[in-house]
Amino acid sequence: MTQLVSKSKLENFEKGESLWVGAWYRLRQNKMAMFSAVFIFLLAIACFVLPEIFKFDYQIQQREKYFSPPGKEFIFGSDHLGRDQLSRILHGGRISLLVGIAATAVSLTIGITYGAISGYLGGKVDRFMMRVVDILYALPFTMFVILLMVLFGDNILLMFAAIGAVEWLTMARIVRSQVISLKKQEFIESCRSLGLKAPRIIFRHMIPNILGPVIVYTTLTIPAVMILESFLSFLGLGVQPPMTSWGTMIKDGADRTIVAWWMIAFPGAFFAATLFCFNFLGDGLRDALDPKTTRKN
Amino acid sequence: MPLLEVNNLTTYFDTRQGAVRAVDGVSFSLEKGETLGIVGESGSGKSVTCYSMMGLIPKPPGRIVDGKALFEGKDLLTLPEKEINKIRGRSVSMIFQDPMTSLNPYLRIETQLIEPLLIHKVCSKSEAKKRALDMMDAVGIPDAKNRIRLHPHEFSGGMRQRVMIAMALIAKPDLLIADEPTTALDVTVQAQILELIKQMQSEIGMAVILITHDLGVVAGFCDRINVMYAGQIVESGTSENIFYDAKHAYTRALKKSIPSTQDKGKKLYTIPGLPPQLIGERPPCAFASRSDLDFSEEEAKMESKYIQINPGHWVEVHPATVENYKEYLSQ
Repeated sequence: MTQLVSKSKLENFEKGESLWVGAWYRLRQNKMAMFSAVFIFLLAIACFVLPEIFKFDYQIQQREKYFSPPGKEFIFGSDHLGRDQLSRILHGGRISLLVGIAATAVSLTIGITYGAISGYLGGKVDRFMMRVVDILYALPFTMFVILLMVLFGDNILLMFAAIGAVEWLTMARIVRSQVISLKKQEFIESCRSLGLKAPRIIFRHMIPNILGPVIVYTTLTIPAVMILESFLSFLGLGVQPPMTSWGTMIKDGADRTIVAWWMIAFPGAFFAATLFCFNFLGDGLRDALDPKTTRKN
Repeated sequence: MPLLEVNNLTTYFDTRQGAVRAVDGVSFSLEKGETLGIVGESGSGKSVTCYSMMGLIPKPPGRIVDGKALFEGKDLLTLPEKEINKIRGRSVSMIFQDPMTSLNPYLRIETQLIEPLLIHKVCSKSEAKKRALDMMDAVGIPDAKNRIRLHPHEFSGGMRQRVMIAMALIAKPDLLIADEPTTALDVTVQAQILELIKQMQSEIGMAVILITHDLGVVAGFCDRINVMYAGQIVESGTSENIFYDAKHAYTRALKKSIPSTQDKGKKLYTIPGLPPQLIGERPPCAFASRSDLDFSEEEAKMESKYIQINPGHWVEVHPATVENYKEYLSQ
């Protein structure tokens, strides 16, 4: 009997699996990460689908019902203009999630490519590319965004681009340092000795090896970007009222905490829960994408 | 025409203290199917010689100052990157010292094995997969069909080195450069790996350059042996020349240091002193300070000469390196 068990285990082991299949298997073992993934998925559905079905309106002001505490009519209470908090949270979630994910994707793409090329080529090219990053770092971010807004008008897409274009700087530095340390590894040398060209070495051999730190940093970027968005909205550069986002709702609520605690508590809770989930998911992904992580069979 | 002809290869590394003469005028040639051993202690320039040929030294700080490395008539040192990429992995392959770090941990064995075939467009992907399987069998990995889908960390060190060999040989190169292929492995596996390289050599008919610091490894393996010291070849000859008729004081000291040739119960013989600094002015003879021969101060200032003393047997002749040096100089 014991022999049977060990044999089936061996077969399972010997079959081998691709990186992504293996990663999916390992991710499923991680309860927190799976829970987070499901939560984010449901939240996204709630934000994008529910308001359409139930015709939640985030704009209607019922002035006589301002500052209604959570109850039958307003599940999450109403704000200072008598607008339904639930509708506003769901609508705001659209903006927050979109900004968080889209801007991070922009910063990931630019940052990885730029950092990997700079680190791999090294020498003068590297020095030049990194000085460019330093200069961009030194530019005041707000000025940069304001300039963009003035030039191109306020457009939510532009905000994604603007935030992404600023957030990639740190990513580029992280990727560059990782690539530089990888470059000295023997398997990269062996790739070169086999006649592989630089793009193939970078994108096929190096980038999978730096996914760990990149994913961790990504999970830090998503919340940072969401907070940035709320900051821009506060300055009147991001989301324009009556449209809303979690960041703006929290800002509104923070001014009225004493009279209406629900105005900050509920958007805050959604915001925090989402950020938590992104962090857990990122952590789980990092472990899952490392084929050396032992599987708990 | 020899398969590979290296002429006066000179590679320096720039440091803050000055240029390090890592390879200092190395010349040798290699026929098709021949096995050449390069022996020497750490830092003697064995590996840098081969890395320079393959264009794999980091530049900067490395710089190839002089020399030629003609492979099938083409100079590897001046070939543009695009051309040399066609030779690497196709006509000339390398095996590295540490199999634990020489494979990409994120890719399956199969993916890495077929890569040389795909990038050199030798055959289609399905054909490449077939060849990879055959190669895994050939290098002696049992149950290759299943194992080929695993990741490197699921293999032992010896198995990974076998995979490295399979990867280097899958495109059937004309020349294999093995850079201390057995150093990181334990003794029982060492013999197997060497045997495997030898067997593959006779199957494919390629030439092999074996870099090692272990005289025992080259003894039964190589047709010719180059002994390197301080970036130069100090003695070169057939295995018989080196093992039975060594002339250079360094070669003899190396042989004397092999533990199994020494008397039991006695302290092991070691070569006194340290390898010389390779920065600054070049001494007339790099080995002079460690030589056990008698020579006067005046003699020490003589320039050393690289002389063919018997057909195919070359020695660096200097009062500090050979006895009766005058005989050779008069020849």
